[in-house]
Amino acid sequence: MPHTSSVPLFWRLKKSKYMMIGSKCQTCGSVFFPPRVICAKCRSRGKVADHQFTGRGVIESFTIIRAAPEGFENAAPYAVALIRLDEGTSISGQVVGSIEDVAAGKRVRPVFRRITQDGDDGLIHYGIKWEIDDGSAGTEA
Amino acid sequence: MSGEEIGIVGYGCYVPRFRIKVEEIARVWGEDADSVKSGLAVEEKSVPDMDEDTITISVAAAKNAILRAGISPSSIGALYIGSESHPYVVKPSGTVVSDALGMGPDIMVADFEFACKAGTAGVQCCYSHVKAGLADYAMAIGADTAQGRPGDALEYTAAAGGVALIMGRDPLAVLEGTYSYTTDTSDFWRREGQDYPSHGARFTGKPAYFKHVISAGKGLLARLNAKPTDFQYCVLHMPNGKFPATAAQQLGFTMQQLEPSLVVRKMGNCYSGSSMMGLCAVLDVAKPGDRIFMVSYGSGAGSDAFAWRVTDKIAERRERARKAADYISDMKYIDYATYVRMRGKLKGD
Ligand SMILES: [Zn+2]
Repeated sequence: MPHTSSVPLFWRLKKSKYMMIGSKCQTCGSVFFPPRVICAKCRSRGKVADHQFTGRGVIESFTIIRAAPEGFENAAPYAVALIRLDEGTSISGQVVGSIEDVAAGKRVRPVFRRITQDGDDGLIHYGIKWEIDDGSAGTEA
Repeated sequence: MSGEEIGIVGYGCYVPRFRIKVEEIARVWGEDADSVKSGLAVEEKSVPDMDEDTITISVAAAKNAILRAGISPSSIGALYIGSESHPYVVKPSGTVVSDALGMGPDIMVADFEFACKAGTAGVQCCYSHVKAGLADYAMAIGADTAQGRPGDALEYTAAAGGVALIMGRDPLAVLEGTYSYTTDTSDFWRREGQDYPSHGARFTGKPAYFKHVISAGKGLLARLNAKPTDFQYCVLHMPNGKFPATAAQQLGFTMQQLEPSLVVRKMGNCYSGSSMMGLCAVLDVAKPGDRIFMVSYGSGAGSDAFAWRVTDKIAERRERARKAADYISDMKYIDYATYVRMRGKLKGD
């Protein structure tokens, strides 16, 4: 059975999904995650290149998903947070572990986890989620 | 690359956070927890979260190994992942791990299978690659999310965890020698399409685990012209807490030599990662000059024996990442209902 829909899309986005590689405008210094081809500020004058994010940041706000969308039903309840990355930009992402540990203002660090799978016979998609950062050494991306 | 000595330049482990106690599993099946605990010498086991598998565990362990080695991921020329719970039957775990860490595309990658010794088989290949000059650095991973059939004796011990070892020159532990012992012995197997393994019950002990661990151990001692008292530590594959204690004694090692590696009591048996996890726990506490004797075991059956000598590089490098004891103590208990849900044992969902 072919599973063509998401296969090429995930493959193209792999660098940003697996390794937190975003982009940075060499002209004005703005950083983007997910990566952008054109700088939002400089437009055509900007020169945009790949940029490795640390993935570390702070939870700005969060919500607990109890009625999960298709493909994520088994994971509910889980926390999705708006995370202010140390590099300056914000993204939303799932916070793993116990939902009662999630709180605004807590520091988080990236972990590599299963994101979703295309049914029982399709691909398993992997990527970055976040865990509460207790300050211990050796788990940065 | 300078120096003739080859061995472990970086090591890293990962153990999922959740634990289930033997008492909790015994309660559900109406068994006597105290007799199960004393029979297996295991108190609790690790359980992976719903979004964790052999690939994610490998990535976490490999990150720690790379941090300890202090090298660029792209300088690693080979990656071999040993597991009996690769997420795909066809499609390697290694390609995902390599790309997740930025190791490729200039890299040799393959998944290994040999029950619980597939990780140490990878270590032997990595050592050979470095020695032959095929790679400056080569990484072997042993990782599993082991499953026991609900109600089976294996359910008390089948756990999750993984270890990555990077072989290279300028090591923190020199590989002094390795020796393997292999026969066709069917003590434990899983056919394609089956969710849970089958095993030969009592047949798993004497002709399988003990025969191979002891033969490999004695073979290496003979090859090195060494004796058990030459070593500060002994590390054996840990299907439970009892088997390694008995095998160590039969090989002539003391409980003092074995004790620091017995991680199985608090995390269960992480299969391909088991003896490698014991090695991590020892490297976390060993002193320069200490010698470590190690034997893995894989059903089917075979054992790989290793002799390691710790160097003065250990002190600085081991502080660069979380230790085995950090992962084992950073945990949260779950009940059987949560365990069943996390391990996907409820079919038809
Ligand atoms: Zn710009």
